[in-house]
Amino acid sequence: MIDTISFRRNLPVGAVGHRALGWWGMWMLIATEAALFAYLLFSYFYLLSQSQNIGLPATPPSLRLALPNTFILIGSSLILWWGERGMRRGRMMRQLAALGLALALGVIFMAVQGEEWRNKTFSITEHAYGSLYFTVTGFHMLHVLGGALMLAALFVWTALGHFNAERNAPITIGALYWHFVDAVWLTIFGSFYLYPYLL
Amino acid sequence: MKDTYDNRTPALSPADDPANAARLRQLWETPPGLRGQLATVDHKIIGIRYLVTAFLFLVLGGLEALMMRLQLAHADQHLLSPAQYNQMFSMHGITMIFLYALPVLSGFSNYLWPLLLGSRDMAFPRLNAFSYWIYLFSGIFIYTSFLAGGGPDSGWFNYVPYTALNYNPGQGIDFYALGMILFGISTTAGSINFIVTVFRTRAPGMSLNRLPILIWGTLTASLGNLLAVPAVSLAFFMLWMDRRIGTRFFDEGGGGDPLLWQHLFWMFGHPWVYAIVLPAMGIVSDGLPTFCRRPLVGYTPVALSTVATMFIGFGVWVHHMFATGLPALSMSFFSAASFIIVIPSAVAVFAWIATIWLGRPVFKVPFLFFASFVLLFVIGGVSGFMTAAVPLDWQLTDTYFIVAHLHYVLLGINVFPVIGGVYFWFPKMTGRLLDERLGRWNFWTLFIGFNLAFFPMHISGLLGMPRRVYTYPAGYGWDTLNFITTLGAFLFAAGVLLFVFNVALSLRRGEIAGPNPWYASTLEWAVSSPPPPYNFAVIPTVASRHPLWETHLPEEGSGRSILDQGAPLAEARETFGVTALDGEPDVILRMPTDSWTPLVMALLLTALGYGALLRNWALCGWVSVGVVGCLLVWLWPPAAPAKTLKYRTMDVRYD
Ligand code: HEM
Repeated sequence: MIDTISFRRNLPVGAVGHRALGWWGMWMLIATEAALFAYLLFSYFYLLSQSQNIGLPATPPSLRLALPNTFILIGSSLILWWGERGMRRGRMMRQLAALGLALALGVIFMAVQGEEWRNKTFSITEHAYGSLYFTVTGFHMLHVLGGALMLAALFVWTALGHFNAERNAPITIGALYWHFVDAVWLTIFGSFYLYPYLL
Repeated sequence: MKDTYDNRTPALSPADDPANAARLRQLWETPPGLRGQLATVDHKIIGIRYLVTAFLFLVLGGLEALMMRLQLAHADQHLLSPAQYNQMFSMHGITMIFLYALPVLSGFSNYLWPLLLGSRDMAFPRLNAFSYWIYLFSGIFIYTSFLAGGGPDSGWFNYVPYTALNYNPGQGIDFYALGMILFGISTTAGSINFIVTVFRTRAPGMSLNRLPILIWGTLTASLGNLLAVPAVSLAFFMLWMDRRIGTRFFDEGGGGDPLLWQHLFWMFGHPWVYAIVLPAMGIVSDGLPTFCRRPLVGYTPVALSTVATMFIGFGVWVHHMFATGLPALSMSFFSAASFIIVIPSAVAVFAWIATIWLGRPVFKVPFLFFASFVLLFVIGGVSGFMTAAVPLDWQLTDTYFIVAHLHYVLLGINVFPVIGGVYFWFPKMTGRLLDERLGRWNFWTLFIGFNLAFFPMHISGLLGMPRRVYTYPAGYGWDTLNFITTLGAFLFAAGVLLFVFNVALSLRRGEIAGPNPWYASTLEWAVSSPPPPYNFAVIPTVASRHPLWETHLPEEGSGRSILDQGAPLAEARETFGVTALDGEPDVILRMPTDSWTPLVMALLLTALGYGALLRNWALCGWVSVGVVGCLLVWLWPPAAPAKTLKYRTMDVRYD
């Protein structure tokens, strides 16, 4: 009878791939954060539709910085994905390089976005649109900052040899978060930069 | 395959092997002393902390209620000024709805889940400790407003523009806003933990269709909270920014809209009401059958309707936004909530009644609480149904009828099951039974006091007495009713005192319980009372919904759970990870050891709250650096596994 019990077989010990609890936890974090950004965008569209003088600038926002910046962020995600594929085949140097590059692109994104903020002619207190613009992009900046710190930590840990081709759950989990932060940017970019062109 | 550091076939040993138990105790036990207590991640200790803390907040909120009732006992009294009365009902609502009602249920779930699931801890034990600490600190944070010039005073739903800076210049609203963000962090962390726990850390064979209803209730509540809490945290953050940074979200002059507050608040509020109700219904669905000596009638419909409620709950929101518009929304909140909850409630009520009907009830104290819950539930449902009808609603809105209704719902569905739940599980938690005779006195005082306090409110409401008034003139026909209500409130308070007395007495002199004093059917009753730190000496293998009743329930299938032997998993703090649906083990998880980081993290975030309150940006900056550092320590991974070692020392963790 004992033989039929299903746990009597060889099982991995510890965190491996998608069986790691952290992987599940990260998906939960993403779900709640996605909800947060959904409520932020809801507030934006709600005020756009309900309020007379929200303060939307007469001309749609310029894409001169924002569009290239979007590609920078997408690029960082692609690089991270490329690094992870290498890592699964044991190429840890490639993973290290990918983490470093993605981090650098993240930092560039933040710098460009800072420049974008400086160029704005309105402030966060001027009108509801200003409040929304700076709050929503500010929330996102905070997430990029968090993601960048995380990439930096993963970079150090990889360099210290904490991970290998089989044991690398933190990298997979961290990359998931970074992809999420990029996806959020696409929705913000669509709402604040592209949508006004349709109005 | 040979065992390596990375892979292993779990050993099989008998449950009563003393060497194994000693090894597990050494691995899992929280060291004595203050330091051990502050760093512990044991879900049982954390669960009891949640329960005790939530209960203290219930007492605080109760004291506020008693002050209000003293003020309203007669017409034209001046014990409280209008401003003080506003703070009292606001803090009473905030305390009861947030600081008591959900955390108390999280307390039960934290304590019980791993035991019910046949596992050794929650999925994220450190996160669990963290969510407790930050809950405690958020409550203290909100209450410190009284020391700093006055609490929030605009009701628990805190409508803008009453709460805009120019109408409400004090700091009470800021305390509430920032405190709620901290509280939201606690709720979210807790929800994540519950969801991952239920899907991943169960005993082999504990498939989803064998989960106790309490687990379905808390799981549903957690899923709802995960998606709903960000709405309210965001709303409070925006409000704080409007007040202290100068943004214009809710300011009509700046292109904002006060109604945005109401939307965000009720997007959250609606699921929240289910969150503070469904796990309590779960307590009854699991507890009641034990005293009816038969399984719950209609397990599957009850489980499904639990989950369905939450879906409908989110759906109702959409209906409000596109169909009815706002006025009806903000007024008929509680009635609408009860309107929707009628569907699963009807299913559950029939299931409970059928269970009592078809069973052989044993009239112990927990049964009294659970059965009276069913009764109060029906009364609350009827008055909710009445207010859900639009013409009546216009008549009753913002009168004491609403106050009566919401207390019938909240006390009936939350407080009574909770106290019943304490009577039920107290022997498991402490090893001693609560006194039966005192318990009966306790029950009847609470039950009579409750009805005496809140039933007359229906009538004073029908006679037109508005809610949230600090006093009223004599001669409207409200005097006697109010006096009776106050008497009832004090009788109820006496009942609570009796409860406290019973707990204090029984802790020392209660009858020794043994593992299973009620002959209950679920796994927590298979281990000693109180359970050992590692819960199960060997991980059980589950084959039915009622592992301890299998020999008595031939109709429940031929499966036989195995409790007397299994995998000891004693190489480190370990437990099984299983597939989400069927409960097939697919990994041996390493669980974290005790740690200071959860407490430090919670302290840092609270400091961040005070920093924002004082608008001391330098403090905020430094604390944020600390937060990052603390996270690094928390998440620092172990060095790459060395293949030569078979097992590492116990302080290694992978998650
Ligand atoms: C001894 C028990 C209790 C008594 C005597 C009591 C009494 C009261 C009173 C007098 C009010 C103010 C009515 C007004 O002026 O409008 C009130 C409001 C309220 N109570 Fe209770 N209460 C009790 C327990 C509870 C519990 C256990 C909960 C929740 C779990 C609760 C939730 C609320 C809420 C949400 C409000 C509305 C606050 C607001 O208007 O913002 N109460 N209660």
